[in-house]
Amino acid sequence: MSAGPERITRISGRGMPLRGNDMDTDRIMPARYLRVVSFEGLEDHLFEDDRKTNARHPFNDPRYAGATVLVVNENFGCGSSREHAPQGLVRYGIRAIVGESFSEIFLGNSAMLGLPCFSAEHAAIDELQSLLAATPTLIVEADVETGVVTAGTLRVTATVPQAFRDAFLSGQWNATLMLLDKFDEVRTVANHLPYVSGF
Amino acid sequence: MAETLFHKVWNAHTVRTLPSGQTQLFVGLHLVHEVTSPQAFDMLRQHGWRVAFPERTFATVDHIVPTDSKRRPFLDLMAEEMTTALERNCREFGINLWSADSPDQGIVHVIGPQLGLSQPGMTIACGDSHTSTHGAVGAIAFGIGTSQVRDVLAAQCLALEPLKVRRIEVNGRLAAGVYAKDVILTIIRRLGVQGGNGFAYEYGGTTLDRMSIDERMTVCNMSIEGGARAGYVNPDQTTFDFLRGRRFAPQGDAFDRAVAWWKQLASDKDAVYDDRVVYDAASIEPTVTWGINPGQSVSVSESIPGDADPEALAFMGFTRGTRVRGTKIDVAFIGSCTNGRLSDLEEAARIVRGHHVAPHVKALVVPGSKEVARDAEARGLHEIFMEAGFEWRGAGCSMCLGMNTDRLQGQQVCASSSNRNFKGRQGSPTGRTLLMSPAMVVAAAVAGEVADVRQMLEQGVPA
Repeated sequence: MSAGPERITRISGRGMPLRGNDMDTDRIMPARYLRVVSFEGLEDHLFEDDRKTNARHPFNDPRYAGATVLVVNENFGCGSSREHAPQGLVRYGIRAIVGESFSEIFLGNSAMLGLPCFSAEHAAIDELQSLLAATPTLIVEADVETGVVTAGTLRVTATVPQAFRDAFLSGQWNATLMLLDKFDEVRTVANHLPYVSGF
Repeated sequence: MAETLFHKVWNAHTVRTLPSGQTQLFVGLHLVHEVTSPQAFDMLRQHGWRVAFPERTFATVDHIVPTDSKRRPFLDLMAEEMTTALERNCREFGINLWSADSPDQGIVHVIGPQLGLSQPGMTIACGDSHTSTHGAVGAIAFGIGTSQVRDVLAAQCLALEPLKVRRIEVNGRLAAGVYAKDVILTIIRRLGVQGGNGFAYEYGGTTLDRMSIDERMTVCNMSIEGGARAGYVNPDQTTFDFLRGRRFAPQGDAFDRAVAWWKQLASDKDAVYDDRVVYDAASIEPTVTWGINPGQSVSVSESIPGDADPEALAFMGFTRGTRVRGTKIDVAFIGSCTNGRLSDLEEAARIVRGHHVAPHVKALVVPGSKEVARDAEARGLHEIFMEAGFEWRGAGCSMCLGMNTDRLQGQQVCASSSNRNFKGRQGSPTGRTLLMSPAMVVAAAVAGEVADVRQMLEQGVPA
């Protein structure tokens, strides 16, 4: 991943509804695919176990091929901190996730990869999922600044957590350069900590 | 102003407010393992960055490492490749590594406290969601992803937003047969698997006050299963006694000065919390999960609720209104960063002594670290387990997540002392996990089915 700055303001593309609460990162990316030293090719293993047992899984459904906006329910990405999960989604081509709620670690990992997660109420998400199931060709537009997500005539008011929103809009979502920017201050804080200075 | 430990530690480690509004937070201790780090080291190389504070970074192998034989090269070629990659990275970047051949190797969340690396008032980060474990000694510890591992390597800092603090108080004595694992499973059941989103959990009350550091680690370990990114217990005399004399703890006079600082960090009596819940220890029973997330649990004497999630029921093969007790098991697993410490093994051995694992059950004990294994062997625990029909393995994460060759097969049902019962978690896409305390795993292994450990204890176990 490049160190930016690449501003992310608006995501536009076809949507894929993926229903279910508490979709954990073991399901998104089973642990056996963490037996790697790079992230390359992870997109081939997204939801692999669910897909094997369910021929109609959205990631198996050709109608959703090429979708860039994933629409999910509650507590998406809970569990393990494995970045392999959002890495797989980004490498597959997902550019935004719209859902009811997200696990915090997943939300942070996704932000670091330039993948905004929009949160909205259950009824709105449910309607968006139903709409996309009926019309998979519909274009979903997600605006990072306003949080507004539209699809056809449906308009959903969602939110991106403020710090991430500002980071996407300014192109500073990949934090390393900012963290290295004032390194003298880091040394100063470290030297004031009793356990760093040996009590 | 009265403050919580969380805020005191957060403020002491704040470097500045970033343009994004996030806090740049200094990380006092960075723990690294073989699975979430290779890509981070590659990113450093790509940018030509060095490790900012190599002396504050420590690495070990735990996730993929074999637990049957640690002879190199490993028969598992990928385990060999990932271990070799970590060895090369640590050499190149000057990081202290306890690799597979080191006497200090073990699960990262077991060895940190065991070596005295994890201390009160520190910020700790590791590319693993169970990093919350280290909160048991009064640290603020976060699980992070690989890009953040890169940030901590390069800048020893994280960009984070402060958390709210929920005080979770448990008061009273736990009954015989009820353990720290039951306490945290009950908390998660009551507050929900996403109840902790946006919060750090501060655990306290007389039940926590009486717990050992090992027990507090079991509680803090599973904070993330309740959605809380960090969980901690205020440091007290138990904490200081635990740390005194450990290799990386302050020594001599410095230890006394450290204790004085650590005492100041504990939450003030009148600290204001964003939320507070109070539970009675007497209401907690031996607990077992029936579903596919750690919040889907019941006490062993209870029935599965009438509104149980149909997807979870279908996957697990349970029906509403029935009990988990009596469910036939195929595998019994004692280990993991949740329950793989010496005190866990001591209690399990105390209960299993004089009993035998049911003939159809494959049972294994995987110590959390080589030191835990050595201490257990010095006490003869390995012989008790082996006589009872358990396999005695080497240290690692093993069947908690099935990244090495220790995996469930097909639809096997596993009574497990680990932390996650997600679909496919233990290495078989259709494998089924029942989370419980190590003592309850022993009861299930012996009975061949989920059983109430209190009945075994009532029949008399030598103290």
